[in-house]
This record gives sequence, C-alpha cells and structure tokens, in this order.
Amino acid sequence: MTASLQHPGYDQQRLQHVAEKMPCRVAQAGALLSLMGEVTQYSYPSIFLYGHRSTGKSHVMSVLLKELELPHAMVSCVECVSVGLMFKHVLLALFGPDPSSLLPRSPSLSDFVRIYRQQCPLSPANQTRYIVIEKAELLRDMDSNLLPVLLRLQELVDDNVTVILLSEIVWDRFRPNTGCFEPLLLYFPDYSKGDLQQILSQDLHPSYSAELYSAFINILLGVFYSVCRDLRELRHLAALNFSKFCEPLKEGKVKESDTHKLWRNIEPHLKKAMQTVYLREVSSVQWEEQEQEESGALKGLSAHAHVELPYYSKYLLIAAYLASYNPARTDRRFFLKHHGKIRKTNFLKKHEKTSNHLLGPKPFPLDRLLAIFYSVVDSRVAPSASIFSQISSLVTLQLLTQLGHDDQLDAPKYKCAVALDFIRAISRTVNFDIVKYLYDFL
Amino acid sequence: MSKRKAKDSQMPIGECISQVQTLLRERLCHQQLPQRPEGVDSQHKHLLELLKRTALHGESNSVLIIGPRGTGKTLLLRCVLAELLAEEDIHKTLLQVHLNGLLQTDDRIALKEITRQLSLENVVGDQVFGSFAENLTFLLEALKKGDRSSSRPVLFILDEFDLFAHHKNQTLLYNLLDVSQSAQTPVAVVGLTCRLDVLELLEKRVKSRFSHRQIHLLRSLSFSQYLQAVQAQLHLPDASFPDSTFCHDWNASVKALCEDKSVEEVLLRHFNSTKDFRSLHRLLMASLSRVSVSNPTIKPADLLDASRLFSADAMTNVLHGLSILELCLVIAMKHLNDIYDGEPFNLQMVYNEFKRFLQRKSNSMYNFDLPVVMKAFEHLQQLEVVRPVDAAAARAQREYQLVRLMLDHSQIMEALQRYPQCPTDVKQWAASAFG
Repeated sequence: MTASLQHPGYDQQRLQHVAEKMPCRVAQAGALLSLMGEVTQYSYPSIFLYGHRSTGKSHVMSVLLKELELPHAMVSCVECVSVGLMFKHVLLALFGPDPSSLLPRSPSLSDFVRIYRQQCPLSPANQTRYIVIEKAELLRDMDSNLLPVLLRLQELVDDNVTVILLSEIVWDRFRPNTGCFEPLLLYFPDYSKGDLQQILSQDLHPSYSAELYSAFINILLGVFYSVCRDLRELRHLAALNFSKFCEPLKEGKVKESDTHKLWRNIEPHLKKAMQTVYLREVSSVQWEEQEQEESGALKGLSAHAHVELPYYSKYLLIAAYLASYNPARTDRRFFLKHHGKIRKTNFLKKHEKTSNHLLGPKPFPLDRLLAIFYSVVDSRVAPSASIFSQISSLVTLQLLTQLGHDDQLDAPKYKCAVALDFIRAISRTVNFDIVKYLYDFL
Repeated sequence: MSKRKAKDSQMPIGECISQVQTLLRERLCHQQLPQRPEGVDSQHKHLLELLKRTALHGESNSVLIIGPRGTGKTLLLRCVLAELLAEEDIHKTLLQVHLNGLLQTDDRIALKEITRQLSLENVVGDQVFGSFAENLTFLLEALKKGDRSSSRPVLFILDEFDLFAHHKNQTLLYNLLDVSQSAQTPVAVVGLTCRLDVLELLEKRVKSRFSHRQIHLLRSLSFSQYLQAVQAQLHLPDASFPDSTFCHDWNASVKALCEDKSVEEVLLRHFNSTKDFRSLHRLLMASLSRVSVSNPTIKPADLLDASRLFSADAMTNVLHGLSILELCLVIAMKHLNDIYDGEPFNLQMVYNEFKRFLQRKSNSMYNFDLPVVMKAFEHLQQLEVVRPVDAAAARAQREYQLVRLMLDHSQIMEALQRYPQCPTDVKQWAASAFG
C-alpha cells in the first residue's frame, strides 16, 4: 500500500482515509478519480467497469462516492424487477422523495427523462451526479432501449451526470445491433495471490496472533487457490475452518510455531470442505455440526444423499438408465436368455467412437422402458396402473424427463436424467449390478 | 515582455491545470458546440436554407440526416439551430419539438410529449381523451387550423428516426409527414438516423409522403485533417485563457505531441479503424485524465497508454483472472474445438479431455472431482466464455448441455503468455494436445 491516492480536487486527508478502506485497489481508485475529475468538472457520459466477481468494483465505487460526499445513486439490477423501480430509486437518491413520487404508475423512459429534466434546474447541484448500476449484465434482459438511453443520459437530460456500469461480463457482449454510445472501458484486474493473502489476513481472530492467522490463510490458499479466486468464497471458507485449525492449540498438543503439525491436522479437513461446503452440498451450519460431532456420514443438502424411492420405482429408474445409455440393438444381447449366436468380437466392436456417457442420455419410447423393466425386475409384475403412475411421479421428481408435449398419450418418449453415481447407489440398494448391463463398460 | 507579464495575472500551476481540465472536459465529454462544424459545409448550408424557408416563409419540409454513429449528425443540427435562433424574428416564432426514438417508444407517449413541448397541456387540460385517435385528431386540428402565412412554424426533430418506423402502423410518422405535405401549419420534420436503409423501413403510404430529401454525412477526412482536428480539440484559446504563458506552453506541447512519431503512429492506427470523433474523444479523454500538477502536459506516453487501454482485448483480461482449474478447462475446450472442428461439446467431453491430460502427468495436483469441475464450468458460463447452443436444451442435465467456446485460438494463447505463474505442463498442453 505504498501508492497513495492523490487528486487536487479533493481533501488530502479524506483521500488518505478512503485509501485505507480499500487495500490493493488504490491504483484503480486513482484511475477512477482522475476520470471523474474535480467535483464540478464534466466527466465522461458513461463508464463501463468490468472485472471478475468480488474484485472490489462496487466497494471502490461506493466508498469513493460516500466518503467524498458526491451526489450519487447506486442501483443494483438484481433488485430492479421493473424499470420503474430503478427510475424511482435513482430519482429518490438524487432529488429526494418528492420528485420520485411524480413518476406515473408504470413509468416509461420518456417519463423518467422528463422528470429528471424538470428537477435538474430546481436543485442545481453544480457537482457531477453519478448513477452507478451494479450487475449491469441484467440490463440486457430489460427494456431494449434502456441500455442505450443510460449510456447517453448526459446528452438526453442535459445535465452533468455520469452513468457508471459495473459488470463481470465484457462490453463486447453488451453492444446492441445498431450500435450505441460507446462507454469508456475500465478493467478491474483480479487480486494476485499476495493481495488475497493480505486482505484475508486482515480479519484475524482477536485471541490469536496475526502470524498464526496469516499462516492459516497461507494453507487455505494452498488448497483452494487453484480452484477458486473469489474473495468472498475464500473468506467464507476461512471463517468456517479456522476453529478446526486452532483445535490442537487449544488442547495444548501443538505450539503455535509448529506450522507443519498444524498443516497436517488441517489439510484433510480442507480437502473435505472442497467436496462439501464449497459445493454447497452441506450448509455451513451442518458443516460446523459435523466438525464438532466427527460423525463421518452426515446427510447433505443435495438430493443424492437422501432419495427414498419405492421398490418398483428403483427398477423403473434402472431400466430407464439402461434404455438411455445402451443402443437399442444391444438389448437382445443383454436381456434375452436365448439370443442366438452372436459373434462376440463382432458385437464388441464399437461402432461409435465416443461412448454414450460422453454424449449424454438418448430418448427412448415407453415400450422399451417397460420391456427392459420386466426383464430386470426379479418377480413377475402385472402392467398395472400403479406402474404407470410411478413413471409419471419419476418425471415429477425430475429423475426422468418427458420429451415433447405432455398431451402425447400414445408412445411418449423419455430421457433418464440421473448421473452414473446416483444410479449405482440406487442399484446397490436392490442388489443389481448395473455396470454389467452397460454397453459402455463392457 | 515585461508589459505582458504585468498584464497577465500569473496563476499557480494547480489552478491552471484545473482550468484546462474544465475547459477540455467540456469539449470532450459534453460535446460543446464548436464555432462551425468542420468538413460539412455543403450539408450545413443545405439544412440551414431548408429550415430557414420553413421558419421565415412558412414552407413545409421533411428531411433525413443519415450517417454512421459519431459522424456529427446531432452536432450539425444543433449548429444549424443555434444559427437559426440567433436571428431575432425566428427566435420569436419558431416552435421546436424534440423527440427521441429511444425515449418515445410508442405513439401514445410521443403524442403526450408533443403536447407538452408545444405547451398545449393547459388547452388539453380538462379534456379527457378516450383514445389515441381522439388525442391525435385534436392535435392535428390544432396544427391544421393555421395556414402558411399566419401560424407559427413548428420544427419536429426525430432523433433515432428508424425506431419510430417500428411503431404500430407508423401512425405518428404518417400524420407528421402528411401535415408536412399539405398547405397547413408550416412544419419541418427532421429525422436523424444511423441506418442507411431507413427508407426501406417506411410503409408505402408513409414513404410517398416523405420529400425524399436526404443529407448524407459520411466522413471523408484525410489523415492530415484528422491530425489537425486532434490538435484543434486540445488547443487552448489564447484570448480567453487567464494565464497566457501557461496557455502558450500548453499549445506548444500539444503541437509537439501531434508531431511526435509514435503518437502519429497510434493516431494513424486509430484513424484506420474508425474516423468516428466520439472514439477520438474517448482516447483524448483518457489521456487528459492523466494530466496533473506533476505532469502538466499530455506526454506521448500518456496517449500510448490510453490507446493500449482501448485496444487491449477484454476477453484476454478476463482469462487472466481465472483459476488454474478454469484455465485448464478452457484449454481442454480449445483442443475439443480443434479436434471436432468447432462442433459444440458438453461438460463430460471437457472433463474427459482434462482427465486425459492428468493421466499423462504423474503428479496429480489438479485431481478434482466432477462436481468441483462443474462449479468451475458454471463460472465460465456465467462469464459468457462459453455459451449454450440453444436455450431449449437448458432442460437437459447440466453435464450434457451442449455449449460453444466464445474465444479464438490467439486469445487463449495470449492469455496464457500473460498468466501469472502458469505451470509449464499446462503451457505445453495448450501448445499441443499431446504435450
């Protein structure tokens, strides 16, 4: 943090204060400030900031605007389900509650610009006004004129206003067909490993030394850095796992300086965390409970862990899986007892180069599903209504997907929508060796 | 010399810089009107004559100003208007209605806006219009009551004219152009558009009422003119700038800047890609923002940096911030693209390719499970580095959803070059699928 923030238009002490609030982002803030210029000077009509998730785009923007007390409105597109909400929010932040109530019920862009123009001379701020729009990629799904209007808002309302768009997607994916006013692009680079280490080390635990915490962060980054560079995610993981890291210290087994032993203790836990908490297979509360109880298998959030199906449904699902992943011409070989003489070499010669487990499930008709079902299930089952209703309940559970329209009653087609691991687990519960019946694994 | 010094108040350098910034920012960001638009003299004269005839002699007219974005259509119009309004009697009589296709998205809104801008609200006031048609007839009546000699001329300016053609039945355009054809209230309709094929969008009945006057603005600038324009944009006015010595120094430095070989090269590259003045403003603005007390002039290096900033490939920047796992997936996708000749692929195929790479390496430090890989893949999808082939397939299982890579070969290789601490084996793998 050697570089300091400097701009002649602002109070030096305040800038110092601002710079302290944004570690590793001083260079970007400086570039932004110099683009914004002094408070009364015009700034470029629209600026497009892009960079990866949690690289401090919103943070830098909001700290700058708030600490320097510049008139601004900060809107997140996620919150604005309609353009009306966005307009209301902007007017409220810039001009106070009265003008925003002037908006008609479902305001058009024309209304917004009209009211803005009316209000401008009434509250003559000679400072530049800023409108910051977060998650700007969602603007593309809103009114098609909204983005071009925002980009040239300065010209349309004839006021000293700058619109700043924040997004993690590049500008090229935004440009409308007939073109528009091109914003000034500014890139927020990702944090380097050193930066991450520095930022994460700041939220240390009060009862432990800074060196210990920074050693912990080092270990954490060693495991997760190659997978994830999202600061927020890493911070979450650090908060969850720190107590486990400190356990041997509390028990007095290890001294603080013995980092190797601490590493040996924590590393398997972090590896486990990557399979569970990182993927949101278990919630963070469950993860903490699990850590305390040490009772290995805990049911997670994901469906894999706890699907209970009726007996025939399981076989139906197995049959569906086989029908989806085996070519129809091999059914004879798998499910007929006396399938005549087929030369084994010929049969095993794979015609397709890539296996079905690469290409995904193929659709199959209901007849084939039932035929395979009768041959795999070990008792005789009558084709009753209960079997058919179980098929439709599998569709409802989204374990099967029905293709085409629902109203197709004769010969509907299905696809199996479960993964190999899942079906293996299911078939293990009914003692059925599914791998023996899969063409890809012959 | 001493006399001159006595006349000028010497300002501290900080204040001078601040003055420069204020002045030039207004020029670059706010599109301040120049004295006279350059290189469009004939168009300027044509438009001025046309509007003058409406304003003074009550002649109705319609005209389209057509040109690519950033060629100065609005600028031309605003210059002409400023010149028109400078005349006393025109200033008193001429009414203006500004509409923008981006804002007035349908005819009802447009009509409301016209009423408002003609200050007819109080006339309309208590009348409640049942329908669009009624409102329109009222307005048209108001327009039709007048004749050529006695009523005030109205100037309709339709920005983004092509968007008005998408309105239902093109009612507004039809009526406006109809009024402009008949000897009623003098009306001039000026449309601005960047679409060269705009006449094809008009319905037959609308087209036949249009005068077919078109003013084309196509920049036919030579490079030396372009350079002069750059210099003019950065030039400080000698007369009005408070500190003349600073002003002199600045102007000299701008002149030197434009004569610099490397700057000329950058500008030539810029000129060859676009003659658009907006993008030039963008470039100059980025270099102007670096001017400060410690760096009181625009140096060639500033301009070079600014141009590098704009020519930098955004996708390469994004790739720089990916984790190793995500980068590996991108490389695997690149190989799949090579093998299958740009056919779409799914996550399973990518994962398979990635595993093949891991098998060749003895150390398996990137041995991740499919769910972890899937999370990385989804992140790539959010960044729109990969895109699903069709939205309908979104119902398929995520690992089998067909996607396409939205990068080309050179972008990936460039990103790899710049990637911090990229492992050698990954680099080799990127260079050849069997590395």
